[in-house]
Amino acid sequence: MIPGPFDYQVAGSVAEAIALLDRYGADAKVLAGGHSLIPLLRFRLASPAVLVDINRLRDLEYIQEADGVLHLGALTREVELETSDLIRRRYPILADTARVIADPVVRNWATVGGNLAHADPANDHPATMLALGAQLVATGPAGQRLMAIENFFTDSSFETTLQPNELLTEIRIPAPSERSGGAYLKLERKVGDYAIAGVAVYLTLDGNDHVTYAGIGLTNVGPTPIKARAAEQLLLGRPLEEAVIAQAARQAAAEAQPVSDLRGPADYKRAMVETLTIRALRLARSRATGGASR
Amino acid sequence: MSIHHIHVTINGKHYEGDVEARTLLVHWLRDSLRLTGTHIGCDTSSCGACTILVDGKAVKSCTMLAVQADGRELLTVEGLEQNGKLHPLQEGFHVEHALQCGYCTPGMMMAALALLKRNPSPSEQEIREGISGNLCRCTGYVNIVKAIQYAAQKLREPQPEQVPAGSGGGGE
Ligand SMILES: Cc1cc2nc3c(=O)[nH]c(=O)nc-3n(C[C@H](O)[C@H](O)[C@H](O)COP(=O)(O)OP(=O)(O)OC[C@H]3O[C@@H](n4cnc5c(N)ncnc54)[C@H](O)[C@@H]3O)c2cc1C
Ligand code: FES
Ligand code: FES
Repeated sequence: MIPGPFDYQVAGSVAEAIALLDRYGADAKVLAGGHSLIPLLRFRLASPAVLVDINRLRDLEYIQEADGVLHLGALTREVELETSDLIRRRYPILADTARVIADPVVRNWATVGGNLAHADPANDHPATMLALGAQLVATGPAGQRLMAIENFFTDSSFETTLQPNELLTEIRIPAPSERSGGAYLKLERKVGDYAIAGVAVYLTLDGNDHVTYAGIGLTNVGPTPIKARAAEQLLLGRPLEEAVIAQAARQAAAEAQPVSDLRGPADYKRAMVETLTIRALRLARSRATGGASR
Repeated sequence: MSIHHIHVTINGKHYEGDVEARTLLVHWLRDSLRLTGTHIGCDTSSCGACTILVDGKAVKSCTMLAVQADGRELLTVEGLEQNGKLHPLQEGFHVEHALQCGYCTPGMMMAALALLKRNPSPSEQEIREGISGNLCRCTGYVNIVKAIQYAAQKLREPQPEQVPAGSGGGGE
């Protein structure tokens, strides 16, 4: 189908993008990779008056580690995350995530910032960023604002706390401390599909294998991306033994809010969250303790 | 609704024209420029029939606006053949019988081209992953994989004597 009419503006700089967003307010939409937005326009599920294209802002495409923080430019394409040496070596959970998003052609254009800003509970990065405890940088007319990822999503699908005149410009992830590791596991009907269920786990262990940090995020089992807080709490301070893993996985499944749809009945999805959580915790443990590539 | 005058290089040739902001790139290629080798197979950005290269990167041209192509270099299936000689991918699809109805073929070849640029010696698994955004309803993919292996081999060889291509009988 053909989208409804709109005006199109190319931003030549971040400042110009923000000025455009400030001028048009809620009538405007940012166009990043376009791989969520253009399908919506084609189905006329979105009808913004103005699109502000940020694809020429090459200074928003970067992957850098500095001062104990990984900085991802919001316009970083999935293919860059998937193939980055730094990401594969130090943040395998991000490579896990990028490589199961859509297909290689889509990954050439789809951006990490767009994946988060779209706030689709079926998107894969939100769970991973919740597990990692990412911070987001929003840039608006008054400058930059830093917020924790859990304050970015709201209680409604496809909604964030970004203001209409703000651009998501950067994602910040704490660099892995000693004995940290994570994993993202996704169950899909076919390659490239959205998740039946997905689980992201990030852990830090002390010298006795007791958990000192636990982050768990769930994909596509509720109206929003879900942070499984009770399961995280349950792990803290405990040794990461099989019995504890099983208990945390049961708790994560209890925190999922799946509904029955084409991808399966709700109780099946809940059971899959439990299984995926067990496997993700084991893999995260092995990566944290120098087993599989961390 | 804004109208934009765009300049685009397609298969080495310069094109320009006025486009509405909402015009999808694939529609401009097909309806305005009559470059109808690029197909449209779905409304959901899923099938890959519309795959082309933009600045060397594969894209589903139904999921990009024509105006976004301004100033960029495009390669469509029409640009594969050079001086009457089929590209090794086209030759491979012919020799290995990698098409039945042919609807998916242009997009499949463009996705394969992008894959081979990145990875000249892909394994079967890597080929299958590389074309996982391109759907074929006819072949079952087995011969498509073989065709891409054929092209990969051919592209790795130092340029041999030019063999007249497309001269085989039947199959069309
Ligand atoms: C066939 C297909 C399969 C897919 N499968 C998956 C999948 O399995 N998993 C998955 O996670 N995703 C999947 N996707 C979605 C894909 O990853 C999207 O591209 C992504 O979710 C959005 O990123 P984008 O850069 O394309 O954003 P766009 O489509 O350009 O934008 C999406 C939304 O975010 C806003 N936005 C974008 N960037 C910013 C910014 N910097 N600041 C403020 N607002 C911004 C836009 O205004 C828009 O509302 C699939 C897409 C397709 C077409
Ligand atoms: S026409 Fe199906 S992906 Fe573009
Ligand atoms: S040959 Fe018919 S769809 Fe592929």
